[in-house]
Amino acid sequence: MIIQVENPALEVHDMTVSYDRRPVLWGVDFSIPKGHLTCVLGPNGSGKTTLIKAIMDLVPKNSGYAKIFDQDIDDVRDKVSYIPQRGSVDWDFPASVMDVVLMGRYKKNNIFNRISRTDRINAEIALEKVGMKAFAKRQISQLSGGQQQRVFIARALAQEAEFYLMDEPFAGVDAATENAILNLLKEMKDEGKTILLIHHDIQTAYDYFDWFVFLNTRLIASGPKETVFSEKTLSDTYGGKLSLLTTVGELLKEKKLPVRE
Amino acid sequence: MGTFIDFISLSDPTSRYVIIGIILLTINASLVGSFAFLRKKSLIGDAVAHSVLPGICLAFLLFQTKNLFILLGGAAITGWLSILSIDLITAHSRIKADAAIGIALSVFFALGIVLLTIIQNSAIASQSGLDHFLFGKAASITRDDVRYFAIVTLIITAVIIIFYKPFKLISFNQDFAVSIGLPVRFYEFILSIITVMSIAVGIQAVGVVLMAALLITPAAAARYWTNDLRIMLILAVVVSAIGGVGGAYISYSATNMPTGPWIIVIISCIAFLSFAFAPNRGIVSKMWIQYQNRKQILLENILKAFYHVGEKDNSFLEMRKPEDILNRREFSFSKLSEGLNKLKRKGLLEKQNNEWKLSSEGLSEAKRIIRLHRLWELYLTQYLNIAEDHVHDDAEAIEHVLTPEIEAQLEKLLDFPSTDPHGKEIIY
Ligand SMILES: Nc1ncnc2c1ncn2[C@@H]1O[C@H](COP(=O)(O)OP(=O)(O)OP(=O)(O)O)[C@@H](O)[C@H]1O
Ligand SMILES: [Mg+2]
Repeated sequence: MIIQVENPALEVHDMTVSYDRRPVLWGVDFSIPKGHLTCVLGPNGSGKTTLIKAIMDLVPKNSGYAKIFDQDIDDVRDKVSYIPQRGSVDWDFPASVMDVVLMGRYKKNNIFNRISRTDRINAEIALEKVGMKAFAKRQISQLSGGQQQRVFIARALAQEAEFYLMDEPFAGVDAATENAILNLLKEMKDEGKTILLIHHDIQTAYDYFDWFVFLNTRLIASGPKETVFSEKTLSDTYGGKLSLLTTVGELLKEKKLPVRE
Repeated sequence: MGTFIDFISLSDPTSRYVIIGIILLTINASLVGSFAFLRKKSLIGDAVAHSVLPGICLAFLLFQTKNLFILLGGAAITGWLSILSIDLITAHSRIKADAAIGIALSVFFALGIVLLTIIQNSAIASQSGLDHFLFGKAASITRDDVRYFAIVTLIITAVIIIFYKPFKLISFNQDFAVSIGLPVRFYEFILSIITVMSIAVGIQAVGVVLMAALLITPAAAARYWTNDLRIMLILAVVVSAIGGVGGAYISYSATNMPTGPWIIVIISCIAFLSFAFAPNRGIVSKMWIQYQNRKQILLENILKAFYHVGEKDNSFLEMRKPEDILNRREFSFSKLSEGLNKLKRKGLLEKQNNEWKLSSEGLSEAKRIIRLHRLWELYLTQYLNIAEDHVHDDAEAIEHVLTPEIEAQLEKLLDFPSTDPHGKEIIY
């Protein structure tokens, strides 16, 4: 079941993305409302990360488009914040926690300027919110996985965006921190921000989020919790009923056929 | 000694230009190489270095001159082409970056060697000396060369200062840089331009074969000493300049010694020493910490043994023979006497006629360790449901780690218990 919304925060239209000709997102089409906490659910390798990257235009699309606040991503980048999967960067990079959070203050129009006082204050507030202020001077390689994740969240907060796309912000985070962050997200939602995130724990997802996107290469369902969250959607998403689609995907790769003409 | 003074006072005009030239080259290479190193693109530098050779040869064939400016122009063009071809291969085929780099490197280098052979077998009069680009010949750096090098150094330093923030960002998290709308392709383009520039001038000193080492090794060495990118850049420059001057001095003072390879040998030695001795990251400092830990554990175990012996006959400040201690707990004899003497120096033990006893500080220290051990055992049985007969080994290790803060927490959590799971007394 796919519930489309009027005046959406994000609209994904008929999006197909493939790596090396094998489609990992196939005709995905949904929209999510403003001011909601949306959770993308799907098994490993189901294309969740790819979905967020395609929305941010970090990977090329075969077809379709994504619009945020009814605009091209390139026109709204200063209102959008992206948190990559923690494992996608090298945490042995020579930088302090503060350095990384300050990167959230980098903008197209200030990239050559010196870092200002306001930037520093903003970064400190962001660190405070995720409970990492005491670690500001710490070298990032000396952080635990959960602390690294909090640094990424602080960097996103420092961006002061309207729309947040988060790739597994709870991976490797302990229960107490997860709770603290979830409450932070709720606060942000109450301020009118829109958040879309990838999460693996179905229980906490159910407790905290109000809008769901179920994904497994194709879109399984998208809509408000009450309508789409069901045993059936879950088994459609996580059950191994994909075989036909997977086989066709492998075939495209083998025969070097394009997924879209 | 005379040669050394001549050397560092730059009084010999030919060696003066050589030294200044080498310092400029090493500054370029180490600055640019630091970013290649952090972006995990070390091998690209190697590919570019090998790919400049055909460019030099072609420029020479076309213009029949050894004017450095023209040769370096040719070098830059083929060096640049190799970067382009690596990008194209990885974008449009299933070949991964490492293989693409290997392909570009060998194809361009082979072409360069072919051209070089053709030139050497030809009748062009001025051809001798082109093979210097293969292994480098720093001694032939002239005043005009130094002028070019200085311009390149100026450009590279200025670019890195201006682009410091974006370069840092794309080195750490390129996707994020794209996500905020920065022109990442443009920054990469700038980076590859200065990479090609630094390599094109650097091969004068060390040659195409060793160029990659001049780019990457200083950065690798510098990384061991700091966690601050700015300091790392400065250290990389210092390391490679030391190598440069050292190499120049060796070939100046000893006849027939090559400069380039010596530069690399010295830089590699510094890298190796960093690997061994840098604080925290180096292996020697890691071994030192382990040694300290083992020593602390030994001393604490000896104190505990004194306490246990005392517990038996309920008098803790008796004189004991080493054998009494060994009966209670196994130590190698040499370790025990070493430990006893150290404890005496710390004032925790007192000695009379080869007999030992706890001092009052020693007793309270022993009590503290025993208390930690027993508290931890109690914690494991009560909170982690571990059987009583399984907690001893764990506590044996953890007692040496627990801080006063954790001790306070444990005491509060367990409500100042009076006995451990085995019924032994916990003293405060
Ligand atoms: N750079 C790439 N090149 C080729 N294939 C890729 C690449 N990135 C991802 N894939 C493949 O695309 C598919 C979808 O990957 P994606 O990372 O989007 O999954 P995901 O849903 O985020 O999984 P996870 O829960 O493990 O993070 C996977 O089968 C993966 O193997
Ligand atoms: Mg993912």
